[in-house]
Amino acid sequence: MNVMNMERNGLNNKSTFSAVSEFIAKNKIGFLLIIVLYSALFILEKMMPPSSMLFVVLKKGAIYALVAVSMNLLNGFTGLFSLGQAGFMLIGSYTYAIFTIPVEDRAAVYQYFDGGIIRFTVPVFIALIMAGVAAGIFAFFIGLPVLRLKSDYLAIATLGFAEIIRAIFQWNKLGPITNGSNLLKKFPSFSSVLFPFTVAGISIALIVLLINSSYGRAFKAIRDDEIAAEAMGINLAKHKLLSFVISSFFAGVGGALLAMYQTTVQASAFKAAMTYEILLIVVIGGVGSITGSVISSFLFIACSEWWLRFLDSETYIGSFKVPLLASGFRKVVFSVVIMVIVLFYNQGIMGTREFSSEGIARFFSRIASRNRKEGA
Amino acid sequence: MAENILHLERLTMQFGGVTAVNDLTMDVYKDEIVALIGPNGAGKTTVFNCITGVYEPTNGSVSFCGKTIVSNRPQGKMKKLYTGEYRGEDLKIISPTPDKITKLGIARTFQNIRLFKTMTVFENVLVAKHMRARQNFLSATFRLNFKEEQRMREESLALLEEQGLLQYKDEIASNLPYGLQRRLEISRALATEPKLLMLDEPAAGMNPQETQELADFIVQIKDKYNLTVLMIEHHMDLVMKISERIYVLDFGKLIAHGTPEEVQKNQRVIDAYLGVAEDA
Amino acid sequence: MEFINKNLPYILAGISLGGQYALISIGYTMVYGILRLINFAHGDIFMFAGFAMVYLAASTPLYVSIPLVIIITVILGFLIERIAYKPLRSAPRMSVMISAIGVSYLLQNLAWYFTSGLAKQYPKIPWISGSITIGSATTPIVTIITPILTVLLVIILVMLIKYTKIGMAMRAVSKDFETSQIMGININSVISFTFIIGSFLAAISSILYFTSYSTVTPVAGAMPGLRAFVAAVFGGIGSIPGAVVGGLIIGMCENITKGLGWTTFSDAFTFALLIIILVAKPTGLFGEKTTEKV
Repeated sequence: MNVMNMERNGLNNKSTFSAVSEFIAKNKIGFLLIIVLYSALFILEKMMPPSSMLFVVLKKGAIYALVAVSMNLLNGFTGLFSLGQAGFMLIGSYTYAIFTIPVEDRAAVYQYFDGGIIRFTVPVFIALIMAGVAAGIFAFFIGLPVLRLKSDYLAIATLGFAEIIRAIFQWNKLGPITNGSNLLKKFPSFSSVLFPFTVAGISIALIVLLINSSYGRAFKAIRDDEIAAEAMGINLAKHKLLSFVISSFFAGVGGALLAMYQTTVQASAFKAAMTYEILLIVVIGGVGSITGSVISSFLFIACSEWWLRFLDSETYIGSFKVPLLASGFRKVVFSVVIMVIVLFYNQGIMGTREFSSEGIARFFSRIASRNRKEGA
Repeated sequence: MAENILHLERLTMQFGGVTAVNDLTMDVYKDEIVALIGPNGAGKTTVFNCITGVYEPTNGSVSFCGKTIVSNRPQGKMKKLYTGEYRGEDLKIISPTPDKITKLGIARTFQNIRLFKTMTVFENVLVAKHMRARQNFLSATFRLNFKEEQRMREESLALLEEQGLLQYKDEIASNLPYGLQRRLEISRALATEPKLLMLDEPAAGMNPQETQELADFIVQIKDKYNLTVLMIEHHMDLVMKISERIYVLDFGKLIAHGTPEEVQKNQRVIDAYLGVAEDA
Repeated sequence: MEFINKNLPYILAGISLGGQYALISIGYTMVYGILRLINFAHGDIFMFAGFAMVYLAASTPLYVSIPLVIIITVILGFLIERIAYKPLRSAPRMSVMISAIGVSYLLQNLAWYFTSGLAKQYPKIPWISGSITIGSATTPIVTIITPILTVLLVIILVMLIKYTKIGMAMRAVSKDFETSQIMGININSVISFTFIIGSFLAAISSILYFTSYSTVTPVAGAMPGLRAFVAAVFGGIGSIPGAVVGGLIIGMCENITKGLGWTTFSDAFTFALLIIILVAKPTGLFGEKTTEKV
């Protein structure tokens, strides 16, 4: 039925085209902003030394933004409290690494496993999609039994699955594929900040399109009231599974990007703590706000990698030792900030609102009209 | 007689040792307005939940337009606990989820309004259109379903206009006044394009004036959308005014049924409502 | 006889570990029974008690430091509830759970900050640190003491819940939160009391647990905490005997998987068990079924 639908729409190219141009016209400011952003990044990269902390923040921030948005799709928009994100990132990063390590380097990487059993590579772009698909397939089979569970039971079950996945990937018997508990390395990575921005940007755009579609509305209906959603003919099992698989797909892509950023991968890094960190990013940004998640990812990474680094090193002003500053203090400050947000600003930065081009336009026109009034 | 829309065949719902609905058989015919009444805790909402797939009845079956849609017999632990008459192994087990039932053409409202609270009035109705749209998540994401989407939007707007809710279309549903929330819930049910509309206490919390308006409203939508209506209601004036037939439940058992006049005169109904006096 | 002599230490160690999990898991089960909250910070309270002992034992004699550890841990549990959970009483369940995760994160980071992330040696406690010989098998004293102490504490707790006024209030609150509030039960004091009991048992358990494992690290509470939670679910959340039976089973299973050389999979196995229970029988061994009213 859907194929027919697409064909019929395909025949009507003209109207598709007009719809697209109408869409672009409606979001003029948005598109303009995106172009400005990418050109700014491009120029920045030409002008600043590549070792600048700014690029670390931008690269890692973009990756975390994608993962946080994928988690928000599940937790914020479908109301499924899942804590499996690290597990799906692990699957994504391993899938990417396994299929892109150049054949000639495999002997060195899989030194304990005879060079591994996979003797071919695929292009980076295809490996990224494979990373998502692999995570999605796992999510499908995990989702079938666990998505029937309610709120906190679902959380603990998905957390459990992430731990199981981690154990399996470290299992020595799978060494010829996963390299056991050893590092995977020498796979292609990126140097330009534009790469993670493009991949994460496209992925987030797709998630936004989904959320604003009929399916996104169905997800929100499930979040608001499962029983009423079911009474409106929404198949709970199917829609929950769909949201879970799609969220995991993008977590997998995010995992692959993370692997590229780090240039090495090891299963032991994908602990529950990683999921908690992403969850906290989502909470800080506002559960149910995509732009919130994006903003808070960059803030979070900027603070932890750059701005708050000084908290971790002992500092002397003259002979005066600044109190408290010592290794680990940054994370303490962090956790206090998070608790303050959870307890006093439980809406996060954005609540469920979105930062939209229309909103910006409205904001400026409001300022303009206020100025006019004051002038009069 | 007119076409049979809904038929309950010896429906029993038992929770542990408590029998909420006991061996209920009832019929609803096309174009009728039928009321299901009874004192609090008589099992009326449980009947609704059995029909719409929220609960799996312990025993008995439900048919819709001549087709069996729900059917069960006591299984597992229930075999021991079941106190009713045993109907043997021949009954097939059919236990669809509520969405399947809605898709067949039965829509319902809830006793304690269940709107999608964070969504707008428009979106609440639009969600109900999702089920019948020809699309999948890919075509929806990439906007290949834009014609379908446009149709859904136009139909929803038309529905809101007919129901007089158009001016509230961008309000968040939970911000609407109570009466309008009830109306929106009915509109949302209508958006699923039902043949049978089931209303669970539509007049709860309304004053006589509002109840009066609701009565007209129900009759009006019934004619307009070609519906059959089954409702649970406590406001007797509403029930007596618009329903053609009434079923009376007490402690899960059917104690009377018939036209409003017949039911009004029935001694068992009067006793159930007023309680039997010791020396009467 | 040969078999028993050979395996007795393993079996005893399993029972002992199970007893320690049981004590932690009572804290989970009681809090869940009343607040419907997985107290993610409970494992870290347990870890905190471990560190408190390390630091206190260095400066005070044991007969002072042990009671002090218990008191401090109880105060910590009480404060966490008051500060991090009480303000969210009417918030959605997800917020409270996020707050619990936040507290857990905070406690772990604080511990890391104060210890620079290094493992600390747990002090030797004379009466329980030594070894004892039964028949031909030698086993640490703690493996004998744990089950006895666990049973004793559980009996006292069950009596408390059955026969005292506060126990009755606790049962009422866990049955129906709103109604018991209307009936004039002081919900907040009941909840605080629950956290106090949970933290008390976690402190006892930490003394036993770290005596057998000898070092404490900032993440030392995470896995025992999760395992104890699994034990609580296994036994049927809300049920105290369930938590004990669940704890024993999880403890035994862990020792068996480790004994078979499957150490990498011991956590995975625990979680697999959890998922099987949740999917097949979400109410656990002794739990009660609840239905949502429509």
